[in-house]
Amino acid sequence: MKRLFALFPITIAGILGAFLLWGLNPDRDPNEIPSVLISQPVPGFDLPPVDGLDTDGLSSTDLVKNDGSAPIVVNVFASWCVPCRAEHAVLTRMVRDEGIRLMGINYKDKPKDARKWLDDLGNPYERIGSDLDGRAGIEWGISGVPETFVIDGAGKVVFRFVGPVLGDEAISRMRTALDQARASGGEAS
Amino acid sequence: MIGRFVITLVILAALVSQPAFAVEPDELLADPVLEQRARVISKQVRCVVCQNQDIDSSNAGVARDLRLLVRERLVAGDTDQQVMDFLVARYGDYVLFNPPWKPSTYILWVAPIVILGLGGIATAAVLIQNARRYRKSRKQEAEHGASEEQKPESHSLTEPQA
Repeated sequence: MKRLFALFPITIAGILGAFLLWGLNPDRDPNEIPSVLISQPVPGFDLPPVDGLDTDGLSSTDLVKNDGSAPIVVNVFASWCVPCRAEHAVLTRMVRDEGIRLMGINYKDKPKDARKWLDDLGNPYERIGSDLDGRAGIEWGISGVPETFVIDGAGKVVFRFVGPVLGDEAISRMRTALDQARASGGEAS
Repeated sequence: MIGRFVITLVILAALVSQPAFAVEPDELLADPVLEQRARVISKQVRCVVCQNQDIDSSNAGVARDLRLLVRERLVAGDTDQQVMDFLVARYGDYVLFNPPWKPSTYILWVAPIVILGLGGIATAAVLIQNARRYRKSRKQEAEHGASEEQKPESHSLTEPQA
């Protein structure tokens, strides 16, 4: 019994050590907030189009009524957001090469600036909702721009990416999510 | 002279000034009771951008939006709990500075008590053992001491005789 007691401090040190080691893991991002939206239906919102732009607005029904042909990607962007500019090329390429349907939420942006931004860089979005007061952003639980969501055929959120979709790791995570959306989209339709 | 005056002025300003409020005048509700409730709620909600700040003291855009939202819900007649639930439904438990009591947070809530308990037991064990050892050694000392005290006496008595 006494000998067992002697092992006690070592056990505690072991547990503590393991915990600290876990904390040191460079892949762990303590700022990452788990999204409550994952595997939930898309939140309710209804956004008008960007003023003066002939791309339709975006509401939750557009995301739910998916014919299942391609996974939907919802990208929250703004012209004042510098990383969005970098991400734009990646998303454009994905629309062209990987057959995704890209929807945009233009977050707290002046319509004039948004129009100019899309003129300069091109408009890969099928629909763009203008979220002037950021209320739809709250419904999506975003903490900033850019953020990107993958929606499956049943209108459920399967993936959330915070920050620009840039670099191999981010893109491969996006692809995995897209495959997942394709797989579950087939079931739903 | 002027230098001293300036220094005094600076110190006075530092003393008189208060921390800047993130809550802007246009956000405040006319009803002081509702406003008070909004402030209490805002202090318990984490800003999702600057994660160690509550939305009441954060200058981030999202924090302002959430403050306005909280007030809007209150005006619409929501209870404090309903407002909290509304935020949790969108941002998860992470927006709460007080995590709820549920299976995934049991460790979080219980661990400090368990660790404190273990520490307490360990401390108590060591103290009791020490006290016991001390008493034992005192007792031995008393016994030894008594015999040792007698010895030199008998020695001194016996030696001259020898």
